[in-house]
Amino acid sequence: MVDDLQRAGSGQLDPTSLLPPAEPVHLLDPDGTLHEDPDHPVGLDDAALLELHRTMIITRRVDREAINLQRQGQLGVYASCLGQEAAQVASAWALQDEDWIFPSYRELGAAIVRDVDPADLLHLFRGTWLSDHDPYEHRFALLSIPIGTQALHATGFAMGARFDDNPIVTVVYFGDGGTSEGDPHEAMTFAGVMRAPVVFFVQNNQYAISVPLAKQTAAPTLAHKAIGYGLPGYRCDGNDPLATYAVTRRAVERARAGHGPALIEALTYRMEAHTTSDDPSRYRSDEELEAAALTDPIVRLRNHLRNRDLLDDATERRFEEEAAERAQAVRDAIYDAPHGDPLELFDHVYVAPRADLAAQRDELRAELARREDDDGGAA
Amino acid sequence: MTVTLAQAINRALTDAMAEDDRVLVFGEDVGRLGGVFRVTDGLQSRFGEQRCFDTPLAESGIIGTAIGLAIYGYRPVAEMQFDGFTYPAFEQLVSHLAKLRNRSRGTLTLPVTVRIPYGGGIGAGEHHSESPESYWVHTAGLTVVSPGTPDDGYAMVREAIASDDPVIVMEPKRRYWMKADIELPVTAPPAHEALVRREGTDVTIVCYGPMVRTALDAAEAAEEEGWSLEVLDLRSLSPMDTEAIVASVQRTGRAIVVHEAGRSLGLGAEVAARVQEAAFYHLEAPVLRATGFDTPYPPAKLEGYWLPDVDRILDLVERSLAY
Ligand SMILES: Cc1ncc(C[n+]2csc(CCOP(=O)(O)OP(=O)(O)O)c2C)c(N)n1
Ligand SMILES: [Mg+2]
Repeated sequence: MVDDLQRAGSGQLDPTSLLPPAEPVHLLDPDGTLHEDPDHPVGLDDAALLELHRTMIITRRVDREAINLQRQGQLGVYASCLGQEAAQVASAWALQDEDWIFPSYRELGAAIVRDVDPADLLHLFRGTWLSDHDPYEHRFALLSIPIGTQALHATGFAMGARFDDNPIVTVVYFGDGGTSEGDPHEAMTFAGVMRAPVVFFVQNNQYAISVPLAKQTAAPTLAHKAIGYGLPGYRCDGNDPLATYAVTRRAVERARAGHGPALIEALTYRMEAHTTSDDPSRYRSDEELEAAALTDPIVRLRNHLRNRDLLDDATERRFEEEAAERAQAVRDAIYDAPHGDPLELFDHVYVAPRADLAAQRDELRAELARREDDDGGAA
Repeated sequence: MTVTLAQAINRALTDAMAEDDRVLVFGEDVGRLGGVFRVTDGLQSRFGEQRCFDTPLAESGIIGTAIGLAIYGYRPVAEMQFDGFTYPAFEQLVSHLAKLRNRSRGTLTLPVTVRIPYGGGIGAGEHHSESPESYWVHTAGLTVVSPGTPDDGYAMVREAIASDDPVIVMEPKRRYWMKADIELPVTAPPAHEALVRREGTDVTIVCYGPMVRTALDAAEAAEEEGWSLEVLDLRSLSPMDTEAIVASVQRTGRAIVVHEAGRSLGLGAEVAARVQEAAFYHLEAPVLRATGFDTPYPPAKLEGYWLPDVDRILDLVERSLAY
């Protein structure tokens, strides 16, 4: 078999094999009816489906708690993932434990799958510190605010894994807006050429702050962007947890098997404001929001589980209670959390200690001491 | 009339667009939303989507296409949403916007204005509080200004748009809501002239942008200690009004430079160098710098320790006077 890579650039690679399907992969109707698709087997047992549901419920509850905390002045700002729980949780669910996730700033759901303590992420939004979890422990990189930049990191990481014959895959999350930045395009170029086992997971939530998709791209779909780099473009209904899982799993295992990177466009909708600082009434209508609410990912899986008698009232209550406990734990960790030691600002700038920074640290220490004296004197 | 800095800049954009239909305003979320700080509010509804438009999310694209539009004959005013998000456009700013005039031996004219909300002090998220002005000042071919008052917000943006050279307007975002009682349109001296905002006899405080207010507060507080501070607002960072700096230091014999940006190779270094070159024998004390530290910008809860404030300035005043 002639390798696709040898054909790439020669005009011999058939581009139609890379094209996204005409319709996004969709398996679960809003009423919970499942349409099986032999090309996209789900392969999750009943227990796993319940776990998926439980994790989405926890995600939504913790997300709401974060919004509350911001409203109460405990967080500076927060970017909610309301409505995107399936896109995040089900895609992260499709990974092996050793696989790495490179998130943007909105991926609370993926973080929860990876057992990252949500409070640790929220410290970034509180401004306590700039991160608070160990990426190696969770295989979950730091949140990345400069749009799209993390796509290159995920690609480089995957290149390293490939060089070492380490059978891991990376998944990088970015948004519809992120597909316009240069970095993801350079990342896809590298990933294609280097055969890096990376999956570019685009959550198309229809907006980049106020800018709707139609003003973001003239491409037929975001998945079509993949083809220019020799990557297949996949599309799924991102509010359908089972379709998202199946499509991501296929792309991830394809990459793991050495067949190269892929791009997935998951169609979803940002139900909240861009962040708590944003006022979406300036650019979108209530009707649009109401229509989007009908495609809610959690209701959909719940309906499916209910239809199949897999979810009873007691289990549902248990999930809700657990979610409330998780939210309370986050609240306890964040509420009035003290800020760190300002002198620590000098500790992590370099690996090797530096005399110039040590001198500046001493300056700040002296300044703090003087202020304490002044405050003491005034009291 | 009470006008905020954000409103003054908005009015400057409005007036410039009304006067010259070659003026275009574009950037991320500047159209329908009116910008994340509402500085471009109302421009799209008044002038239409072709004159004020939302761009795709791509800063290199914004500056690069501004260059192309300028070469074609437009007068683009591009907004970078935040200081920390100018970096994807670094290539276009430094290699092209700054250099095309020179490379073309004066054939090409680049009347591009780049507006950048910058600096900290509003408890913002990571990458939203940077002070990258030294990068631009270090880049030959760019004019860099920073208003510290609403009047200057209006006047400097008008002057930037009218300029045939590319101008970077560094807008102190923590002062967007600062008010002044003025009638717009206002006129102001040209931006390349530094202005004494408060006269004093003991120490010259050289500042710009967000630190003008802070320096004035320090001067007020210093009075209680019996110290008389002169506050010199640079206004333009490139070119820098060396004459005004030197004249003030010749009167006071002492200077302290204040900026949010980290100390090393910040503007304070340049001011100190110029002062010792031109006023060495007038100096009673070394030029001191009240600045941010040479670390990445801190998380919001710690920014109060990091940013220069009245106390840090007064500590240095005391040190300067003790020489
Ligand atoms: C390089 C860069 N430019 C601008 C911004 C400001 N900004 C933050 S989020 C955002 C929109 C992102 O939209 P999208 O990629 O669709 O992700 P979403 O927020 O919808 O999840 C913008 C413009 C940024 N963070 N980084
Ligand atoms: Mg989006």
